[in-house]
Amino acid sequence: MALGNGTFQRTISALVQDKPGVLARISGLFRRRGFNIASLAVGRSERPGMSRMTFVVEGPDEVVRHVAAQLDRLIDVVEVHDITEQNIVWRELALIKVSAPAATRSEVLELANVYRSNVIDIGIESLTLEISGGRQKIDTLIELLKKFGLLEVIRTGRVATLRGTLIEGEDDGLFQADASAPTYILPVPTGETGSV
Amino acid sequence: MSKHLSGSQIVCEALLNEGVDVVFGIPGGAILPLYGVLSEYPDLRHILSRHEQGAAHAADGYARSTGKVGVAFATSGPGATNLVTGLATAMMDSVPMVAITGQVGRTAIGTDAFQEADITGASMPLTKHNYLVMRADDLGATVHEAFHIARTGRSGPVLIDVPKDVFTEMGDYDPEAPIDLPGYRVPGKADESQVEAAAELINQAERPVILAGHGVVLSRSFDELMELAEKAQIPVVTTLLGISSFPEDHVLSTGFPGMHGMAYASLAVDEADLIINFGSRFDDRIIGDALRFSTGSKKIHVDIDPAEINKSIRVEAPVVGNIKDVFGQLIPKVKQATHVGWLQHIEHLKAEHPSLKIPESDRLMGQHVVKALSDVTKGEAIITTGVGQHQMWAAQHYQFKNANSWLSSGGAGTMGYEVPSAIGAQVGNPDKLVWSICGDGGFQMTLMELATVVENKLPVKYAILNNNHLGMITQWQGFFYNGDYQAETYTANPDFVKLAEAYEIKGIRVTRQDDLEAAIAEANAHDGPVVVDCVIEKVDDLYPMIPAGQSVQELIEEPN
Ligand SMILES: Cc1ncc(C[n+]2csc(CCOP(=O)(O)OP(=O)(O)O)c2C)c(N)n1
Ligand SMILES: [Mg+2]
Repeated sequence: MALGNGTFQRTISALVQDKPGVLARISGLFRRRGFNIASLAVGRSERPGMSRMTFVVEGPDEVVRHVAAQLDRLIDVVEVHDITEQNIVWRELALIKVSAPAATRSEVLELANVYRSNVIDIGIESLTLEISGGRQKIDTLIELLKKFGLLEVIRTGRVATLRGTLIEGEDDGLFQADASAPTYILPVPTGETGSV
Repeated sequence: MSKHLSGSQIVCEALLNEGVDVVFGIPGGAILPLYGVLSEYPDLRHILSRHEQGAAHAADGYARSTGKVGVAFATSGPGATNLVTGLATAMMDSVPMVAITGQVGRTAIGTDAFQEADITGASMPLTKHNYLVMRADDLGATVHEAFHIARTGRSGPVLIDVPKDVFTEMGDYDPEAPIDLPGYRVPGKADESQVEAAAELINQAERPVILAGHGVVLSRSFDELMELAEKAQIPVVTTLLGISSFPEDHVLSTGFPGMHGMAYASLAVDEADLIINFGSRFDDRIIGDALRFSTGSKKIHVDIDPAEINKSIRVEAPVVGNIKDVFGQLIPKVKQATHVGWLQHIEHLKAEHPSLKIPESDRLMGQHVVKALSDVTKGEAIITTGVGQHQMWAAQHYQFKNANSWLSSGGAGTMGYEVPSAIGAQVGNPDKLVWSICGDGGFQMTLMELATVVENKLPVKYAILNNNHLGMITQWQGFFYNGDYQAETYTANPDFVKLAEAYEIKGIRVTRQDDLEAAIAEANAHDGPVVVDCVIEKVDDLYPMIPAGQSVQELIEEPN
């Protein structure tokens, strides 16, 4: 999706082997090829010995369209999907510690409520909220909380997966594909596999 | 059946099981346990290099010239870092290699121990894959994986780093254990729909050109390339690394395009209505300005590496697969054609833009040396080169007749490749004539390997195109830095004949055109290595030239 000034974002989901150095290989590749990681989330996957990573990558369209193909060259990367143009669901998570003395506390709680965020810690002068959702939703809440005094904001990268249904994914206005650009399809090699 | 062996023995047995018969290397503390068992494996010939860069380039030259995986050994720290230029050279040109390095003991890793270097970290971007093996039990499988990765798909160098105490640890080795690489797929045949689309473009084209890259050489698809070119009468342009994939005395042979390629080749590519690229990555030295590269043509790109598709040049018809398989799929779908008008036009381009005209001069010039070499050896020698003007004159003026007889560092442009790569080529081809065309600059970067030549009784012939200059630098400073010459002249070159003689190598000096052929014949007849010091014109620019990032419109054909 176009962010203006020729920069595009793509969402990539990769299944990687849990091997020492795998993150170094991936981050080295990103640095070398001029891909900027806007966010990265890593965790154990449903398959033993494998982790799943979700990247949001930023850069010129011609460049970021190659992220998936370049990642696929890494031996430790088992599967990679550029899911930018696909029907996906995604979430990000943020923990927001906001100043909330008695005078403003109820107003903060009301906002938290509207945004369906949970209060996970209550201090004398502050509250810590947990919110998950699309980036815009989180951005907006943070924006609204600014006037109360943000003490700390901790955000994760996005995690994303393909929808199991045909219902169109919600649109947070940030991650649609650039419809005018020809879609880059990762050519899938046929024939022999790596196991011999 | 699993065997219980020391790590060192596992490495040697696994290498033998991979068909390795020669290793180039230099020992050191961390790899001594491996050297300690070599006497148990006499079939594993070890060639002692004089510098690890030499070992790596020799393994590279061996690999390119034989198609087998080249193997290099080095110790930890400086031994391993000395390999790095050789790995980078092999990586850029997709050369199958396996390097095995010793590492400090497991408990010392990360402590800045004596001769510790993080070679897996350092070589990560310069290898296709690498390993740090922490258990002797894993060594056998790792060696087999490494060879599989090095030689299949888009081939390349793989490094295996082994801590000293893993070499001495006892472990289990099962030579039959299957390779388990879930993240590694080797493309074979291409998708039929991609091949159909490509065939259709070829059958419709009026002015097609085949661009044959290193992929044709690496996949040994010489016969298939010939079959396709002849069937549809398509002119064949090679890339610099595609040289010797197509015989240059064939009527369809149309030279190589790009920065220092033949003008007619660059023009043919520019005027084509279809470029059929087999295994070239549309390197910047060919395309120059990507936006102005052959704008009137459609493009088919056949490559084993999907990441190369649309990387530099957007193509209408990508075909991902092993080039040899793709030729097999494609040829039956391509209709016979004659392209009479287009071929006549190519002949006309060749006549109008001869490119290879050697300037009239009584002096000895680099071009004369290469031309004489080509004539005397009938275009049948294996040629290796360094990087610079001599490399381009070699590419331009040697008329290659034999498949896969050109070894040159194309992607990395590594000076110094000339001396050790010829060693590897000669070791791999003991009965063939190997000539290394050297720059006086590059030769001095790796000349210590002359000792390796002598020690192993290798009859390599070295022709130094001695211009007392970093000739290519002189040219660029003249063209692009207003003739502000800096650090391009050698005022203290050694006497290369005496130098050769110090190694007990036959040395011949040539200063005149008239003496060239006799000197080359004498070198060929000599039963052993020879260094021919060809004292050529000091400053002589290389043409044609398309300045970096420019297009064929800016082609400079001749000195003005
Ligand atoms: C290792 C390395 N260092 C520097 C360069 C940059 N470079 C390219 S060509 C060249 C000059 C080569 O001189 P020589 O080997 O004498 O060949 P000539 O151009 O004179 O034929 C240099 C320094 C290089 N390609 N490789
Ligand atoms: Mg020189």
